[in-house]
Amino acid sequence: MFMIFGYPVALLFGQLLLGLINGAFYALLSLGLAIIFGMLNIINFAHGALFMVGAFVAWMLQNYLGLDYWWALILSPLIVGAFAVVLEKTVICRLYRIDHLYGLLLTFGLALILEGLFRNEYGSSGLPYRIPQALSGGANLGFMFMPLYRGWVVLVAVVTCLAVWLVIEKTSIGAKLRAATENPGLVQAFGVNVPRMITLTYAAGVALAAFAGVLAAPIYSVNPNMGSNLIIVVFAVVVIGGMGSILGSIVTGFGLGVAEGLTKVFYPQASATVIFVVMVIVLLARPAGLFGKAA
Amino acid sequence: MIARRSLLAGSAAAAVIAPRVRAQGAKPRIKLGVLNDMSGPYRDTGGPLSITCVQQAVQDFGDHGFAVDVINADHGNKPDQGASIARRWYDEDGVDVILDVPTSSVALAVSTVTKEKNKVNLNSGAGTVDLTGSQCNPNTIQWTYDVYMLAKSTGGAMVKSGGDSWFFVTADYVFGQQLASEGAKFVKAAGGKVLGETRYPFPATNDFSSFLLQAQTSGAKVLGLANAGADTINCIKQAAEFGLTQRMKLAALLMFISDVNGLGLQTAQGLTLTESFYWDLNDRTRAFSARLKQKAPDVRADMDQAGCYSAALHYLKAVADMGVANAKANGAAVVARMKAMPTDDDAFGKGSVREDGRGMFPAYLFEVKSPAESQAPWDYYKLIATTPAGEAYRPLAEGGCPLVHT
Amino acid sequence: MFGFSKEQGIAFLLLLILVVVCPFVLYPVFLMNVLCFALLACAFNLLIGYVGLMSFGHAAYFGMGAYVCAYAAKVWGLTPEVCVLLGGITGGLLGVVFGWLAIRRQGIYFAMITLALAQMNYFFCLQAPFTHGEDGIQQVPRGALFGIFSLANDRAMYVFIAVLFLFFFLLIHRIVHSPFGQVLKAIRENEPRATSLGYRTDDYKLIAFILSCFIAGIAGGAKALVFGIATLTDVNFETSGEIVLMTLVGGMGTIFGPGVGALVLKGMENYLAGIGSWVTVVQGCIFVVCVLAFRRGIIGEIGARLKLVL
Repeated sequence: MFMIFGYPVALLFGQLLLGLINGAFYALLSLGLAIIFGMLNIINFAHGALFMVGAFVAWMLQNYLGLDYWWALILSPLIVGAFAVVLEKTVICRLYRIDHLYGLLLTFGLALILEGLFRNEYGSSGLPYRIPQALSGGANLGFMFMPLYRGWVVLVAVVTCLAVWLVIEKTSIGAKLRAATENPGLVQAFGVNVPRMITLTYAAGVALAAFAGVLAAPIYSVNPNMGSNLIIVVFAVVVIGGMGSILGSIVTGFGLGVAEGLTKVFYPQASATVIFVVMVIVLLARPAGLFGKAA
Repeated sequence: MIARRSLLAGSAAAAVIAPRVRAQGAKPRIKLGVLNDMSGPYRDTGGPLSITCVQQAVQDFGDHGFAVDVINADHGNKPDQGASIARRWYDEDGVDVILDVPTSSVALAVSTVTKEKNKVNLNSGAGTVDLTGSQCNPNTIQWTYDVYMLAKSTGGAMVKSGGDSWFFVTADYVFGQQLASEGAKFVKAAGGKVLGETRYPFPATNDFSSFLLQAQTSGAKVLGLANAGADTINCIKQAAEFGLTQRMKLAALLMFISDVNGLGLQTAQGLTLTESFYWDLNDRTRAFSARLKQKAPDVRADMDQAGCYSAALHYLKAVADMGVANAKANGAAVVARMKAMPTDDDAFGKGSVREDGRGMFPAYLFEVKSPAESQAPWDYYKLIATTPAGEAYRPLAEGGCPLVHT
Repeated sequence: MFGFSKEQGIAFLLLLILVVVCPFVLYPVFLMNVLCFALLACAFNLLIGYVGLMSFGHAAYFGMGAYVCAYAAKVWGLTPEVCVLLGGITGGLLGVVFGWLAIRRQGIYFAMITLALAQMNYFFCLQAPFTHGEDGIQQVPRGALFGIFSLANDRAMYVFIAVLFLFFFLLIHRIVHSPFGQVLKAIRENEPRATSLGYRTDDYKLIAFILSCFIAGIAGGAKALVFGIATLTDVNFETSGEIVLMTLVGGMGTIFGPGVGALVLKGMENYLAGIGSWVTVVQGCIFVVCVLAFRRGIIGEIGARLKLVL
């Protein structure tokens, strides 16, 4: 077998591909965080918990209503997004006038509540969620057996990320959004309903998290801790990419997924740490992150 | 508050408030504390059902002239939290015995406190062999399973059935490492070889695909999973997803019936695993499970939970035998009495406790049924082999327990 | 004395009386736990309350202090006061490195960077052989103070911890009211102006950060000795969250607030153990309620009602 650095090349390719899959989740989650941060100036610590809720909603739809994966893919983000609207209208809207740090604290509290509630109700050993029939099975790529579903996840994530990027950069809604981020008062004066826009932005960011949750449900077991395991990594991704940068979070998300995948070949114990090492290096070289504007 | 503390501290003050105690009923009280994971990854393998099992033991034991209270707490799988609850229970709340205590690190910490306070610790949930080895003490019994027994039963059986080359995926902490190294010993002893091991960060990993890929690249015939709970479930699901199950045989070294339930038979079918209890094993276990069903209709006990029942019942028998006052005064004496008496209950049958604190019960090797074979809810296992109690555990001399030679 | 106002002096006297009387009424181990976390929260408060920097990773310094102190006591057999000091120095040294990296950014960025650095430290502790991974360092002896007074008895240990707490409590107060502390407050209020007045604000922030980490390390070391164990819990990100919560509940930027917050939270943990798995939900609710309605915290609110600075 062909070798690189003493490792079979098949293994390296396999890990690269797997890294890309993990990166897809990092990208989807950090994208939502970046959108929310750009508009609301709030670090949504509850993002991981809402990702988890998205997966649980998919599970509930299947077990209580008999609705399958494809329904969940549409309904779960809508349901969790609606929940986010309520959340924003009742709780989060009170934060805009005070120090941003309180946003972090409040959403941290929300994350604790959500995780605690689901843990009490469903335990934490994980609930099974089936891969949809159409996407089960896989293809032998020669160097590895590629489950169809994983390929689907990468595809959907890339398409979603591109779509979100296009909406924000190329459409008039996106232009208003970006303008409101820079100067909400002025945009309001032009007759745009900024508070509603903020609400919908939060809901959209959260819906992205829920969407990622549904994608993740068949891969990982649906588990109250699934979000808290991811969220800190995603934070690091956002810091590295540059806070609030849409493109930064997408590119960094995929890139770090790959970096993590390769670490798993050479030094698996460090695979959970490598992202933070990258973060420190980036911060030293570019304090505003790879794609961020200097503050 | 002062009065309560003095009551525990000395008998002089006890006389002062004795009338109040009498007003509540003159019976002496024994307090059992169930300390386990009520909110984390091991909630389903121990958790609330362990408490129910202890309550069942109290009920089955009946009235022997003393009252029995059962309390519980969540140790959150954190050694310091477990140790401080144990300390408070013994110092402040008058707890006489602590049961269950899954998670090896917490188990060792609680065992240390128990010895310091001369109480009793009956462990059913933790796997580390150190509890009956280098860190054994006269106040602790490890009732149910340990990594040696799991590795011998599951590992040995797999090699015998042709799985002679292994790759371990190991949770990188003490329990996982011990499980993998014990597993490797048995594989080698049976003439097999270990082709590799990959250790993943615990508990921060939920995607195992890259570790599984390494296992596949190694060309080993058996994938040994040296982990527990949610990690094991994830590994098995992902192994199925990546088509590993077609080329490799999976050996989940520690798996409980609740894990099988979590996976579903479709995914779990064909797995071999070891437990020392199964609800449908014989008439006595069925009788026990029928009683338990009245309290918890939707679930079945696994060996950890049934072990709590068995241990609590035996403890109460020993207390009745030596008298409540003696039992409360000296935990080590109770444990010594428990070791001297043979055990007998519906869950674990007849057995004994060895001088290093090892509970001696048979280990059963099960295979998980296919959905077609399963006739009823929770009809999950078929028995493949039984390792007798005398052979299932690490020989006394190898453990290095200081109690053994003195 | 120590820059206390009259009211603060009275409050401090009250604190002193409580510290002396409580062990005769309440469970000493619980009280020692409260004091250790109160000290930790005070260290955290030094940053958030007086410099305006929110560290979301203070568990790193606390936990490393605990590990080194436990290791020194168990393996090297050093006396407790030396072990605790070593814990503090470890926290301080870690603070030098992490602080140097983190103070380049402000506000939320600072919080997230400290969080990520603490997480890195967590993985280090998970991997490093001397911490014994998930088991932690167990069976740590309390030893004998200065090699003479045995601390095995809970009451004796309590005296040691209480003295430690009061010493550092007063030290923090002294720092805050020194000229150095005034500069810190100026940085909190308006950093550009402090810079234009000729202060190298980064140096001041870094020194405050290191001091805070040093005291956090001391608190960690003390806790390790009290319970005889140092584990991953101490370096965990949940512990970092708990520290923030304590300070928030008690009152950020108040002198007595963090201690009160520690008492409330640890008291809940101790006396509401029966609620078991609901603990996280309750903690989350406290976070939300505090942020929405109660931002000044208990002491802050009392102070505002009485128009006092406590």
